[in-house]
Amino acid sequence: MNLLEVHHVSKNFGSLHAVQDVSLMVAPGELRAIIGPNGAGKTTFFNLITGFFPPSAGEIRFGGADITRVPASGRVRLGMARTFQITEIFPELSVRENVRIAAEAAAGLTLGIILGRARQAAIAHEISAAIALTGLTDRADRKVGELAHGDQRAAEIAMALALRPRLLLLDEPTAGMGEQETFEIAALIRRLHRDSRYTIVLIEHDMRVVFHLADRITVLEQGCLLAEGTPAEIAANEAVQAAYLGQTA
Amino acid sequence: MSEATVLRAAATPFLSRQRLGLAALWAVLILVPFWVPLVGGYTQLAGRALVLGLAAMALNFLLGFTGVMSFGHAAWFGLGAYGTGLMLRYVTSSSLLATLAGVLLGGVLGTVLGRLLVRRRGVYFAMITIAFGQIFFYIAYRWNSLTGGDDGLRGFQRQPIGFGRFLLDIQGNDVALYYYLLFVFAICVGLMGLLLGSPFGRTLIAIRENERRARFLGIDVERQIWLSFSLSCFFCSAAGALYALLNNFADPMTLHYTLSGEIVIMAVMGGMRSFWGPLLGAAVFVVLQDYVSSMTVNWMSFIGLLFVLVVLFAPRGLLGALQRETPR
Repeated sequence: MNLLEVHHVSKNFGSLHAVQDVSLMVAPGELRAIIGPNGAGKTTFFNLITGFFPPSAGEIRFGGADITRVPASGRVRLGMARTFQITEIFPELSVRENVRIAAEAAAGLTLGIILGRARQAAIAHEISAAIALTGLTDRADRKVGELAHGDQRAAEIAMALALRPRLLLLDEPTAGMGEQETFEIAALIRRLHRDSRYTIVLIEHDMRVVFHLADRITVLEQGCLLAEGTPAEIAANEAVQAAYLGQTA
Repeated sequence: MSEATVLRAAATPFLSRQRLGLAALWAVLILVPFWVPLVGGYTQLAGRALVLGLAAMALNFLLGFTGVMSFGHAAWFGLGAYGTGLMLRYVTSSSLLATLAGVLLGGVLGTVLGRLLVRRRGVYFAMITIAFGQIFFYIAYRWNSLTGGDDGLRGFQRQPIGFGRFLLDIQGNDVALYYYLLFVFAICVGLMGLLLGSPFGRTLIAIRENERRARFLGIDVERQIWLSFSLSCFFCSAAGALYALLNNFADPMTLHYTLSGEIVIMAVMGGMRSFWGPLLGAAVFVVLQDYVSSMTVNWMSFIGLLFVLVVLFAPRGLLGALQRETPR
């Protein structure tokens, strides 16, 4: 059974058809990349999956349940965690505090006042594990706002991991990064996929990252589904080549 | 590593700088009746600073730690004062019950009305809070038969509090009154500290820092803001209740938006990123008001000038500026 099923969703902003009749099936353990030229509707599509706004038409199912009308915070509690194209963190707090807020939210403690020792220890363990997985252990007590761009992104991923997600959604995880940082984040995503068996959907511009990491690729163009397949199939697809090289007559 | 970092690392948690500072602060507050007269003040003035300090800290629970601005906190302060005054005048002679009634009146109304504004942000949120405040001001101002209207609610006296055979004479003894104020203050501030250090408190700070991120961590932002607003109202009403006991009087001006503005000034001047900053801001405000108003009617100009200087040169407030001088 698929973990995520998106059936024929559309999203209109007034007369603008940002996403039109796009479907997507993601199997457990899969790493899916969504690519497409600028303005193809990738981020809008992501926002529909994560519940940032509701679709104009279509249905979204997660773990077998219809979540089309579930708000963003509810989807997070069902096991969807996302990162943003422009890193969204708590800049004035340390890495550990950032991850702690995520871990406590995932543990259903947003109304918690006093925790027992066992509970505290369990959460501290979870925080350390998420930080270690993203390679930030030696920077855990520094303010996130003071870290390098790549480390901020890693911290954001650590927060997502602390949510105990069944599905990890990464919106352009290497956006605005240099060679070295791109390489490190790509290696991190690869570890999460191969070693920790996370199911991941990501939007990515850097084609080396996409073809290196993805099991399957979905291509959007002008809000529509253009193609879907393995990296080899997508590389050979003429429509995709045309979309990327420009409409030459 | 700098010297300060080495020192911090070497300090045992039990005798950390933070704990010593906290112990010193409480010592200063507990010893007020002994040292304040020596520096030319009087206990009643210290009580006033303490009560307004509690109101400013209550506002700051919302403003500094949740990132939501209210310009109408005088409403809850004033309702606390009227609730206590009306209770003492018409219902009971128990100061404790009257305090409780004030807290409940402001807190419950704040909670109910707060539900209406959780989806508003920024200026819109602040405008609605002003409107709430003015509604209660005009009710108190117009309802002569119950509230005394323009003249305020008089004709009640705080009553001594009996604990079995022991009697705390807050009626005739200023020092006893101060300790009663400090007792309620300590309960409120202790609760605020407990809440802000808890997972719940961290969700509020998360909302202040980045609302969108908080939402995508599964935090129900609207509910948390509502709870924070409600708690802030309860604490602010407690301050208002104490204010009525302190003055044996509930004044419609305690509901007016000018007091809301003053509470904001105290919180911002003292330092809205720090827990204790607003108390310092209130103390400075009250003392300046007391001294300067004996010299000129334009005392507010001096406070205004100080406020502008603080905002321009010490954006973290007076306490923030002090803490930066001495590395923590």
